[in-house]
Amino acid sequence: MSVDSTAKTIRVALVVCLVCSVLVSTAAVGLRGIQEKNKEQDKLKNILIAGDVLDTEKDIREIFDEYIQADIVNLRTGKIMTKSEYTEVLNPETFDIKTIAKAPQYSRKLSTEENLAQIDRQPNYMVIYWVKVQSQKSKVILPIFGKGLWSTMYGLIALDRDLTTVKGFTFYEHGETPGLGGEVDNPRWKASWIGKKIFDKSGNLQIEVIKGNVNPADSRAQYQVDGLSGATITTRGINALVRFWLSENGYGPFIARQRGMQ
Amino acid sequence: MSKLMKIVKTPIILENPIVFQVLGICSALAVTSKLETSIVMALAVTFVLTFSNLTISLIRKHIPGSIRIIVEMTIIASLVIIADQIIKAFAYNISRQLSVYVGLIITNCILMGRAEAFALHNPPLDSLLDGLGNGLGYSLVLLIVGFFRELIGSGELLGMQVLPVNTEGGWYYPNGLFLLPASAFFLIGILIWVLRALWPKPGQED
Repeated sequence: MSVDSTAKTIRVALVVCLVCSVLVSTAAVGLRGIQEKNKEQDKLKNILIAGDVLDTEKDIREIFDEYIQADIVNLRTGKIMTKSEYTEVLNPETFDIKTIAKAPQYSRKLSTEENLAQIDRQPNYMVIYWVKVQSQKSKVILPIFGKGLWSTMYGLIALDRDLTTVKGFTFYEHGETPGLGGEVDNPRWKASWIGKKIFDKSGNLQIEVIKGNVNPADSRAQYQVDGLSGATITTRGINALVRFWLSENGYGPFIARQRGMQ
Repeated sequence: MSKLMKIVKTPIILENPIVFQVLGICSALAVTSKLETSIVMALAVTFVLTFSNLTISLIRKHIPGSIRIIVEMTIIASLVIIADQIIKAFAYNISRQLSVYVGLIITNCILMGRAEAFALHNPPLDSLLDGLGNGLGYSLVLLIVGFFRELIGSGELLGMQVLPVNTEGGWYYPNGLFLLPASAFFLIGILIWVLRALWPKPGQED
């Protein structure tokens, strides 16, 4: 039978497809366990970095269990869900921001004016992490996300117990230009967030990322963070997403409720 | 033996796929802002190229002419996915930096080029070595470009500070241009110029 006959052509196509699909699925299924573990570890590690409790000597999961307590917050009411209200999806162990933000029953569409962070849909629920020192809650870590120049940037902002001062800031996932917008990973820039005030005395949202460097003599310096040089749009994006998530549309109700409890 | 060695060695410099055929430069622009990502990308391409050439050569007498390209693409794509999965499992941080570019190896012209030009007409061992040689040639260019971009662009090599940069109180002002893809164009251009001046292409007049 000639190589170019129809029967042979179909046979070759079938065999090639079959062999290739078996190989690809074997690789995908066989390695999935390790890949999931990597993602999980990476997420935990970033929470520990934001909470400033990372210790490279110890196992990440161990430190996490020792220092961190995860809760789920209803963003509309600001209430923390009780354990009995947890479902398959709304559970700190399985909570996935990207899935929730896409699901219509767990998120809402933002109007154009509200859509500061350019995320289009906002989850109605978010997972938050308390940092506990000697079983006292000392900080809270809030996940935030929004558009930079190229990518949606996913980050964490840590606040002190009275929810007015920044205690840590990091992005754990972004696709900004290395060396320019990618400087969000620069430890010195991240450290410049620590100690910044979010609200003024009357509770108005004041924190902002400005273009250029903060003038320490300025009376607003306590609310301002340096922009990234050469990355105007990334800087604007960070400013918008931080302000969005700390406003009434983001964690506002949660922050107000926590204040009321103190 | 010397014939086999020649198959491996020729494409590394004398017939380098990037320098002399200007194939596969898209990924050379995208992933070379750091040496580390360049190394992983170079390994991935060499792996895929070697085995796609071998596989295609093994079944070359059974591939019908009418679906030749599709069969080649299927084999290349499968190998790329396997490489991508392995990188995601064992080099997680690097896989995040490489993002879509590992997947885009599928569209790297060197792979189709070698399959069409060599593997379809030559025995398996020769094809394997041709794939290896071209992979190494691609790797060489990627490593050179990655080396200079990371060194000039951020004063680092493999993430370690080599030149003391000004933001840390040193004397070196990093050149941000080198972190942008355009700089890879300049570097590859200079490389092509230097290599072609040293080893002119047959028939190349000045």
